[in-house]
Amino acid sequence: MAVIEKQSMPKAEENALNTRMAELLNYDQALNCMRCGFCLPACPTYREMGQEASSPRGRIALMKAAADGLLQNPQVLEDQLNQCLGCRACETACPAGVHYGELYEQGKQAVEEKHARHRFWVRILRKLAFEHIFPYQKRMRILGGLIAFYQKSGLQRLVRKLGLIKLFPQHMQEMEAVLPETKASGVSQELGEFIPAKGEKIGTVGMFSGCIMDIMFLETNKNTVKLLSEAGFDVLIPKQQNCCGALHAHNGEREKAKALAKNNIRAFKEANVDFIASNAGGCGALLQEYNHLLDDEDEDMRREASWFAGRVKDVSELILDHSSLRDMGSLNERITYQSSCHLQNGMQVKDQPHFLLQSIKGAEYVPLLEGERCCGSAGIYNLVQPEMAGRILAEKMEHVRQTKADTLVTANPGCLLQMKAGIHKAGLSDKMRAVHIVDLLAEAKRIQ
Amino acid sequence: MEEKKITPEIKKQLLEAAGTDNYFDDEESLLAHSYDATPIYQAMPEAVIYARSTRQVSAVLKVADEHRIPVYTRGSASNLSAGTFPLKGGIVLVMTKMNRLLEIDEDNLTATFETGLITKDLHDAVQEKGLFYPPDPGSMVVSTLGGNIGNCAGGLHGLKYGTTKDYVLGLKAVLPNGDVLETGGKLTKDVAGYDLTKLLVGSEGTLAVITEATVKLLPAPPYKRIMLAYFDDLFAAARTVSKIIAAKVIPATLEFLDHGTIREVEAFAGIGLPTDMEAILIIGQDGHQAVVDEEIEKMTQICMEEAAEVKVAENDEDAERLMTARRAAFTALARKKPTTILEDATVPRSQVAPMVEKIVEIGQKYDVEICTFGHAGDGNLHPTCMTDARDEEELARVEKAFDEIFEAALALGGTITGEHGVGLAKAAQLEWKVGKAGMEVMRGIKKAFDPHGILNPGKMFAEETRERVVLD
Ligand SMILES: Cc1cc2nc3c(=O)[nH]c(=O)nc-3n(C[C@H](O)[C@H](O)[C@H](O)COP(=O)(O)OP(=O)(O)OC[C@H]3O[C@@H](n4cnc5c(N)ncnc54)[C@H](O)[C@@H]3O)c2cc1C
Ligand code: SF4
Ligand code: SF4
Repeated sequence: MAVIEKQSMPKAEENALNTRMAELLNYDQALNCMRCGFCLPACPTYREMGQEASSPRGRIALMKAAADGLLQNPQVLEDQLNQCLGCRACETACPAGVHYGELYEQGKQAVEEKHARHRFWVRILRKLAFEHIFPYQKRMRILGGLIAFYQKSGLQRLVRKLGLIKLFPQHMQEMEAVLPETKASGVSQELGEFIPAKGEKIGTVGMFSGCIMDIMFLETNKNTVKLLSEAGFDVLIPKQQNCCGALHAHNGEREKAKALAKNNIRAFKEANVDFIASNAGGCGALLQEYNHLLDDEDEDMRREASWFAGRVKDVSELILDHSSLRDMGSLNERITYQSSCHLQNGMQVKDQPHFLLQSIKGAEYVPLLEGERCCGSAGIYNLVQPEMAGRILAEKMEHVRQTKADTLVTANPGCLLQMKAGIHKAGLSDKMRAVHIVDLLAEAKRIQ
Repeated sequence: MEEKKITPEIKKQLLEAAGTDNYFDDEESLLAHSYDATPIYQAMPEAVIYARSTRQVSAVLKVADEHRIPVYTRGSASNLSAGTFPLKGGIVLVMTKMNRLLEIDEDNLTATFETGLITKDLHDAVQEKGLFYPPDPGSMVVSTLGGNIGNCAGGLHGLKYGTTKDYVLGLKAVLPNGDVLETGGKLTKDVAGYDLTKLLVGSEGTLAVITEATVKLLPAPPYKRIMLAYFDDLFAAARTVSKIIAAKVIPATLEFLDHGTIREVEAFAGIGLPTDMEAILIIGQDGHQAVVDEEIEKMTQICMEEAAEVKVAENDEDAERLMTARRAAFTALARKKPTTILEDATVPRSQVAPMVEKIVEIGQKYDVEICTFGHAGDGNLHPTCMTDARDEEELARVEKAFDEIFEAALALGGTITGEHGVGLAKAAQLEWKVGKAGMEVMRGIKKAFDPHGILNPGKMFAEETRERVVLD
């Protein structure tokens, strides 16, 4: 180390974003980044852009610069945080264990509060979604009913036929094309709030049904419950639960995320379960971090948040690590697997899905090249950053094509929709389908 | 030299030389190139330029040289010597987009590439052809080969296979005045003039910008084995290393963890390491099966003479497990405190034990947390300090401790840096190692290549030499 001055960074004029970042950013975490760069090759946006500012190391440096009062133009930070997928592949690659996801959420929050200027339709959608729909399971259900009406009434056909769909931006058209059939009822309405274990009971699981999952992927939720009961768990589906808050937290709406978290903790605490099952990595990763989300609350709340966070498991973990169910049925197909970022990098569930898929008799499992890399869906990323998402998806689909698989398996609803859109776009629809892992297992095991 | 600022007129010329797509001076680009992996150091450049071709680099350097604008050549900025941060502003010249692998020549066993290529990508590509490029710095997932050459990077295989300098055969490099220098070639023997290739290896971006390189490859060893030995006495571990070499076995890896590191690894990873041990040796051999098996057997015997326990991997899974401890070493230390300072004081192999003891003693003297791991086979140690950059008082003690550590290494016949390079971080101590005469010769070389001092100014040659500490 040298004696001469080590820092000669010019200060910026005081601005609101820098001040807010200084308050919000977990500075220990930011310092913990030793700028080794190990995360660069793991980051999808760095790979696309090839520029340091689009890398995790660069983004942390920008956030730290803001907190240090060095950032002159807040737009720089907003753009970079918007471009980040939030896939957290950087966390898995980081030797220093930097919680990038946490820094990212804090950065997003500061930008959202002090700077963000969204395009008007994004602004309206955000308000509608974050404040008026997602927090209310009933309203989600009404939305589900509306979509179901749209699909069933012939309106969908009409809209497509009349070419009205062309009025929507390209990426929304692509998503519309692969929208799953929805229903207005959720899993607890369909199966009841308590489903007993088949055979000897090994524990009680509270099913986290999720907001989008329960509307758009009701079948997957039902299959999850059945599979868990088959594995020997009593399954409870607490009625008072609501959206996990992940979309809020990842989009700078931390306070709303906290309110949702508290309500979920209450609901599952009352049900007094051994485990909390998630079948969507995007939700599960946040559920597991409720203790971090709520770490500035009073001690009781923190204790309850830890109780909750410690019990959250992905369904594949519950089956493989906590039950003795090993017969995964049979299927005569070639299958491949695209990981979910938050399942892999957030919940650190990597091997279990591969193992479960390889246990299906008769099925030929082919690994997907770079299947651990983000598919570009990342929450609502593909809606707000269509260009980058499109580039990442195109590369992904090339690798998918090379597997020649009949079935592309994923473990998260966002990824599933993205993969469906990708298959559609790549013209592979007549050769390949995309399926949630739980649904594939239910199919292989002939679960009714 | 008196550095100049980039005026609008100079910017125009640089834009023309670099191409508009490759020139950035927006705030995010400048901030994102204000640092490298060395803790604490940071400074803003005025422009970031992406290198695209030898010709383009030549045009850019010509403009910079004419106007005396500093140029900091940057690979992935994973260096630990403050080697690429732009101390005096100017241009950061980023090599990462010049990353084509040009040729793997299986007849001559060479590879030729642009220097922005990532080290691991070269490793993977040659491995596919059954070949082997031994230099494997711990940072190879991210480091560029240009950075490896710039810093003469080492790795786990130094003892048996040497380091980067032993593999570079030829270079294409651009001098500050824009001239393109080609050195060496696909030749094992070449004594035409001074060895400029070797001179440029380890030149840390202070002499020329290297755009292409040709390196020597080896046939990949067909078979590998790993073993591990615990010692409750540091000197017993060191004696074991000497005995292995004396028995005429040169292991491919010979890694070492000290007591502090063992404790931290166990606290972090919980893999069942005995935390009362003073040292762990991780020993690997590669080559033909019969030879490897025989040598592993021999080394097991030698280890058993003084080790508390010896474990030999029976299969790949075992090997994987035994290597976890070594791999987790850096991770465990890096996670402990916000700031991690990783040094590379190096001593002759025979002095490893006294050096480690000295480091422990110095750490205690200054009340700072230093753990040591490293390459016991080649005496290259990594005393690693866990601290917090915000604590200025502690940082001052850390600085003093490291000064003493470097002095101790020199006293044992060693050096201040084995593989990380001088950069700015060790510029003030360089004279301790090379002496006045050494500094004069190096200044002369610098002048011959870079008369106006635009390449990596402020690095390697300190404005003043640090006063030497007196060891007691
Ligand atoms: C966690 C960690 C582990 C490490 N492990 C090791 C290890 O085991 N062994 C080891 O030796 N090092 C190690 N390093 C240090 C560092 O990674 C190496 O020095 C590496 O070679 C730097 O490569 P880079 O591409 O990041 O180069 P940079 O850091 O960008 O540059 C390094 C130097 O080379 C110069 N340079 C870069 N490209 C060129 C070029 N094209 N032409 C001329 N000069 C150029 C730069 O100006 C600079 O002086 C480690 C670092 C970290 C963070
Ligand atoms: S979260 Fe993903 S996109 Fe964002 S910085 Fe990390 S690796 Fe890159
Ligand atoms: S890998 Fe971790 S410590 Fe290294 S630069 Fe990335 S975030 Fe920072």
